[in-house]
Amino acid sequence: MAEQEKTPLVDIRHLKKYFNISTGMFSSKPLKAVDDVSFTIKKGETLGLVGESGCGKTTVGRTILQLYKPTGGEIIYDGKPVRTAKDLAAFRTKATMVFQDPYSSLNPRMTVADIIAEPLDVHNLCKTKEERRERVLQLMDYVGLNSEHASRYAHEFSGGQRQRIGIARSLAVNPEFIVCDEPVSALDVSIQAQVINMFDELQDKLGLTYLFIAHDLLVVRHISDRIAVMYLGKMVELAEARDIYDHPLHPYSKSLISSVPVPDPKVARANQRIVLKGDIPSPLNAPSGCPFRTRCQYATDACAQSMPEFKEVKPGHFVACHRTEEIN
Amino acid sequence: MSLLEVRDLHTSFFTDAGEVPAVNGVSFTLERGKVLGIVGESGSGKSVTAYSIMQILADTGKIVGGSIKLDGQELVGAGEKVMRTVRGNKISIIFQDPMTSLNPTYTVGHQLIEAIRLHTNRDQKQAYERAVEMLRLVNVNDPEKRMKQYPHEHSGGMRQRVMIAMALACEPDILIADEPTTALDVTIQAQILELMQSLQKELGMAIIMITHDLGVVAQLCDEIIVMYAGGICEQGTADEIFYNPRHEYTKGLMRSIPSVDNDGEKLQPITGTPIDLLNLPAGCPFAPRCDSAMKICIREKCASVRINDDHAAACWVNVKDGFNEAYDPDGTDNGEEV
Ligand SMILES: Nc1ncnc2c1ncn2[C@@H]1O[C@H](COP(=O)(O)OP(=O)(O)OP(=O)(O)O)[C@@H](O)[C@H]1O
Ligand SMILES: Nc1ncnc2c1ncn2[C@@H]1O[C@H](COP(=O)(O)OP(=O)(O)O)[C@@H](O)[C@H]1O
Ligand code: SF4
Ligand SMILES: [Mg+2]
Ligand SMILES: [Mg+2]
Repeated sequence: MAEQEKTPLVDIRHLKKYFNISTGMFSSKPLKAVDDVSFTIKKGETLGLVGESGCGKTTVGRTILQLYKPTGGEIIYDGKPVRTAKDLAAFRTKATMVFQDPYSSLNPRMTVADIIAEPLDVHNLCKTKEERRERVLQLMDYVGLNSEHASRYAHEFSGGQRQRIGIARSLAVNPEFIVCDEPVSALDVSIQAQVINMFDELQDKLGLTYLFIAHDLLVVRHISDRIAVMYLGKMVELAEARDIYDHPLHPYSKSLISSVPVPDPKVARANQRIVLKGDIPSPLNAPSGCPFRTRCQYATDACAQSMPEFKEVKPGHFVACHRTEEIN
Repeated sequence: MSLLEVRDLHTSFFTDAGEVPAVNGVSFTLERGKVLGIVGESGSGKSVTAYSIMQILADTGKIVGGSIKLDGQELVGAGEKVMRTVRGNKISIIFQDPMTSLNPTYTVGHQLIEAIRLHTNRDQKQAYERAVEMLRLVNVNDPEKRMKQYPHEHSGGMRQRVMIAMALACEPDILIADEPTTALDVTIQAQILELMQSLQKELGMAIIMITHDLGVVAQLCDEIIVMYAGGICEQGTADEIFYNPRHEYTKGLMRSIPSVDNDGEKLQPITGTPIDLLNLPAGCPFAPRCDSAMKICIREKCASVRINDDHAAACWVNVKDGFNEAYDPDGTDNGEEV
């Protein structure tokens, strides 16, 4: 245990991903989708990543797996930096991704067995047909799919079942680390619970480590050990799940958490929501200094001058705000 | 007399695969100034219920039975002429994705003015003033400038506010909101919900809030209808539905959502798969997924029984427990045996 505390499985340092957006025939501008984000994930841990649409959650996930080439920063996996093509190939057999949309992320012309086996084929992980078949059935069993489903096509399944197919496929390479990008957002609540439990069980059984991206804070709180909050490409707060949910320190997290509609009428009626003014600025025209200052009720001149440092204000609780001490 | 009385509503779609009974036997009453929530899983008939009230169903859809009375006036079979005076004037609707109901090729102002002129006898200038006033009412800054812009120049939250402004321009008695915030981020959702709440109080209109988010209904609604497979499995005040659920589906739904109460525990999902309307079971439509199902549940559908003054449910477990007074949404003739 103590050993694991020292070296996290995933160690992300100053990650940046800028997209070039053309603003005219000869001009372009960098869109800073992810701008200097650092965090670690311990082995067997679930780190939840929340924030509003467009704040850069998916880009963080895809850039870690280098589905996008990072603009800057370093990805250190199991103590070793992922730098060369060879590092990356090895990394890709240990880290995979589950996507949001169970409807469009599966090829409708392939059978369930072929979809799940595709990564096995790509990485040449099975020597015989028999071995491949056994592995597919084992994976289907992990995610609670009936073996009779193997020869059917993805479009014949419900959303929850398709999400299971996607997860079985992600498990094919025997990964240690999975980036789950809104894996339950498209599902009905009753089906959502089935899939959330499955993530829990797989983690226990296979010792998996998750980066769990979602915008539903109650889901994230349920599944995560720690939660990170992003705003406009920056990380603004990171702490233990309960700590951040009960005592958010950053003004944005405070508003985000108070805005969650609580499924309990008495609590909901008594809830003091901190309703923000205005809209999220475009990441192409991000404010100077603190990205949140245009909507922040505590903003001062200093907030427009410089980006607040992402500091550890209590053990394990990180916040990026100039005024953390004064407002809490 | 209630503002809206829906009795035994049946709506079907006639498709190549057969008749899809999307709404089968929905009855409820909406009083002036109240907020009614309709919840249920995808495909349970929430939107079709709303579209039936507005009579804006797809060509293949038809109200095949029942009655919808607005202020005592029967709307089923009343004809398009009557419905045109109802839509926009007495009942307005806003949809999940405001982009589908705003025309991208006209300015926001143009569309607002059109809508106002269609439903009132204001002239162009009066309609313009009313439009600006409405935008101000829904907290749009600099409304004169926003009027000149096209929908794509507005953010999702802003477009939804424009839709609300448009829906409220004619001061309807009922606003139907079909998942108005599902496509929005939580902080923007909070803005819109707060806006709807304050407008509702200010204007005294009734709202039918359709959503799958139990948090949204808990925050907003006086009364709640829970739908499953085109029917109402349970209806009552918000407190009754949340703190005293009486249908096994509602109970399952409450157990399956993450909350502060089941922190650190396993969620208890509803097992099985959602219903196929083309193959409805003979008995209770929830029986195939229900852990408490008894023999009678599989054989026969349970009618709605009264639990108390504020609550009714269609589940045999209650009948077994001695609740057997038929539910009557008017509350006039009590005591009928099931
Ligand atoms: N135009 C149509 N043709 C055929 N069937 C339809 C049509 N519109 C709706 N249905 C069917 O009617 C049933 C109820 O649909 P409805 O849109 O009311 O569901 P809902 O409760 O609003 O779901 P959601 O939460 O997904 O919006 C579904 O089974 C649906 O497939
Ligand atoms: N491939 C891309 N090209 C250009 N811009 C992109 C691309 N992917 C994402 N972005 C932009 O980067 C920002 C962050 O997006 P994303 O990571 O998808 O956010 P989230 O997942 O939090 O909703 C957004 O402004 C988005 O428009
Ligand atoms: S740094 Fe300033 S603007 Fe940013 S959150 Fe803190 S107080 Fe608000
Ligand atoms: Mg995303
Ligand atoms: Mg709907």
